[in-house]
Amino acid sequence: MATLRAAMPGDKLRVTKITGEGQVKHRIMNMGITRGSEITVRKVAPLGDPMEITVRGYELSLRKIDADGIEVERTPESLRGGASRPELCERDGYENAD
Amino acid sequence: MKMRIKIALAGNPNSGKTTLFNALTGLNQFVGNWPGVTVEKKEGRFREDENIIIMDLPGIYSLSPYTPEEVVSRDYLLDEKPDVIINIVDGTNLERNLHLTTQLAELGIPLVVAVNMMDVVKKKEDKIDSARLEKELGCRVVEISALKGTGVMEAARLAASLAGGEKHIPRHSFSGSVEHALAHIEEAALHSLPEGKQRFLAVKLFERDEKIIARLGLPDAALKHIENDIRLCEEELDDDAESIITAERYAYIESIIEGCRTIKNKGKLSFSDKIDMVVTNRFLALPIFAAVMFIVYFVSITSVGAVATDWANDGIFGDGWHFLGIGSAAYSEAIDAFEAGEISDEPDPAGYGAWVPGVPVLLGDALEAINCAEWLQGLILDGIIAGVGAVLGFVPQMLILFAFLAFLEGCGYMARIAFIMDRIFRRFGLSGKSFIPILIGTGCGVPGIMASRTIENDRDRKITIMTTTFIPCSAKLPIIALISGALFGGAWWVAPSAYFVGIAAIICSGVMLKKTRLFSGDVAPFVMELPAYHMPTAVYILRSMWERGMSFIKKAGTIILLATIAVWFTSSFGWGDGDFGMVDMSDSVLAKVGSGIAWIFTPLGWGDWKSAVAAITGLIAKENVVGTFGILYGFSEVAEDGAEIWANLSASISPLAAYSFLVFNLLCAPCFAAMGAIKREMNNTRWFRIAIGYQCGFAYLVALCVYQIGTLAAGGGFGPGSAAAILTVAGFLYSLFRPAKKTTMRNSATVPNI
Repeated sequence: MATLRAAMPGDKLRVTKITGEGQVKHRIMNMGITRGSEITVRKVAPLGDPMEITVRGYELSLRKIDADGIEVERTPESLRGGASRPELCERDGYENAD
Repeated sequence: MKMRIKIALAGNPNSGKTTLFNALTGLNQFVGNWPGVTVEKKEGRFREDENIIIMDLPGIYSLSPYTPEEVVSRDYLLDEKPDVIINIVDGTNLERNLHLTTQLAELGIPLVVAVNMMDVVKKKEDKIDSARLEKELGCRVVEISALKGTGVMEAARLAASLAGGEKHIPRHSFSGSVEHALAHIEEAALHSLPEGKQRFLAVKLFERDEKIIARLGLPDAALKHIENDIRLCEEELDDDAESIITAERYAYIESIIEGCRTIKNKGKLSFSDKIDMVVTNRFLALPIFAAVMFIVYFVSITSVGAVATDWANDGIFGDGWHFLGIGSAAYSEAIDAFEAGEISDEPDPAGYGAWVPGVPVLLGDALEAINCAEWLQGLILDGIIAGVGAVLGFVPQMLILFAFLAFLEGCGYMARIAFIMDRIFRRFGLSGKSFIPILIGTGCGVPGIMASRTIENDRDRKITIMTTTFIPCSAKLPIIALISGALFGGAWWVAPSAYFVGIAAIICSGVMLKKTRLFSGDVAPFVMELPAYHMPTAVYILRSMWERGMSFIKKAGTIILLATIAVWFTSSFGWGDGDFGMVDMSDSVLAKVGSGIAWIFTPLGWGDWKSAVAAITGLIAKENVVGTFGILYGFSEVAEDGAEIWANLSASISPLAAYSFLVFNLLCAPCFAAMGAIKREMNNTRWFRIAIGYQCGFAYLVALCVYQIGTLAAGGGFGPGSAAAILTVAGFLYSLFRPAKKTTMRNSATVPNI
């Protein structure tokens, strides 16, 4: 299962599961990242971490290590648009792309 | 007498809560801290009716027990029982804001939802159907714009009219199995409590909230019974209890939001998005950041700030100043001429233009005129006035910096700074926002420490406060000039090496501290909202500047004043000619103390009493170190870099020992003003002691290593000092590279021992 960490800017994703536990998990969920919510990856910070996403209509930044606990799938909408990359690319491979 | 009404203002960070609070209370505000934590506490009286008290709770995303802000807000709502809550929600960000609303609704306190930023919502041509929202939430909903002031007073009047009235009953419900478990919990543990309170507590017990469990003090049997219900529910829904609740709250919001809100330009880039495309762009972000930092530093420290500080320190609390600069040019020409030997009498600044004498001069003349006793004059001028000057002298510069910080926070760029710099700073246990305190610290540590206020995370903020003053501030430059001139022939590398030592000290301390037990429990996730950009109002900036400035004066002022008086007293009194009275510094109590403790510094290479005394007077202000050496070597006045005493100093101390002295003074406890700022920002005596203790201990050990290992390398014999230094180095290396202890999450969702 792909996690948000491996996503690239521009990806539109749906959250399938939040793994992890404790404070990090609850903080993430309190901010509105819950199962079924839609996420758009906006950008990665200039130094490669953290990343910026849009969730529930606002901008949120989170570190890749925390993004690793968010399992996602592509939304049908983005599959149509970006059919060239049906699978999320390998972790860390996205840093060259903008 | 009319009944007092308490209104609590609750909402997410960045929802406009402070703006609303200011609009409602005007100038009737009391700003302080919640006991024991560095969370700001603001209370005020309603402008229209002084029997209405408004409490501005800290910005929170949830009523969970994870951050000090959440705990403080929650305890207030449960214990102080406000008569009504105004929940301010950001209309441009409704879904996430309503998450807190669903929790506030369960408290059994009348609730008014104030949908803020309606001006922005309308500008974007979105629509919010507040009548529908009112029906769905089951509580009153009003539309406001705190910034424009529309609907604000109406919201407060409405809230006041609901005070003490009907208990609010939440309309939302959870899924069947959760409701089943909640009913069981209420039945098993809460049926004796007032009905209004049961819902909130039942949800918290379901979430296994340890603070609530402890607060209720339930018998083990009841807890066991509850645990059983929770387990069943968790198994059924395949998630932990707290996540179930959060997910269901959002599911509920999703189910009602479509009917209440229409967004016109979905997916279109907003103005804020466009700014962000430039400002956090991967190529432009760092240059823009550097430019912004340069401007902040240049204005608040170098140009305007320096003028303001010099005016406060050398003008008001010094000899005096030229009113509006009239006459300064003529005076400096005269000084140049005097120094060039063209005129024989030193010019008096008072003879040029509009000269206003400083407070010490005026007061000194007055005391002289009334034949005041010498010791009393000393107390007033060198003790009290110098102390007050030490407190107030930094204020003008600080206010300028605070205005910048308020602007950066208010417009939304501060959050971007954390975003851009996080990757570098988090390795050292610091926040991306720590960059600002450290940068400002190169000018002056006092506003630097105060700038740490912008860091939300408690651990990051504490480590920043503890390490900011390691960077050489401008007052430490004369010490560097003294040591460099006296012992190293003014070598070019001394000053850069001081900055290098400072930066290395910050990095190493950050790494070591974050691994200690003190900080291991506080690992907080960096999940941060990037609020939309908007132009803050002038009132907001001035107010924030004023509040922070006052809080420094009030909270830091006392300690600075007392400490300055204490050092003045010990340095001017002593047993001369058999009697206790005013004496020269060489005979003073301070000199005795210096001699008494000089042995402590022998392993560092500078165990003579003069250096020890200079280090102590350096606590008033680091510039004093040079002046003290001057006095102790018998000069009444020395230049800023102490050129007169270079020969004396180089005769009495080795270069290595001098460098060790320099390192110690750079790293040890800063001046009293900075210590006052540390105390203010820690807001906790224990943490204040830890910070000062750490700084002094660290400075001692680093200076020890410098001297002892330097001596060893230069061919000196191996002694107990060398052994201690080697052990210290080993200790440092261990603290730096040991694996971080597996941190146990506080309040994690693990099952409590029942």
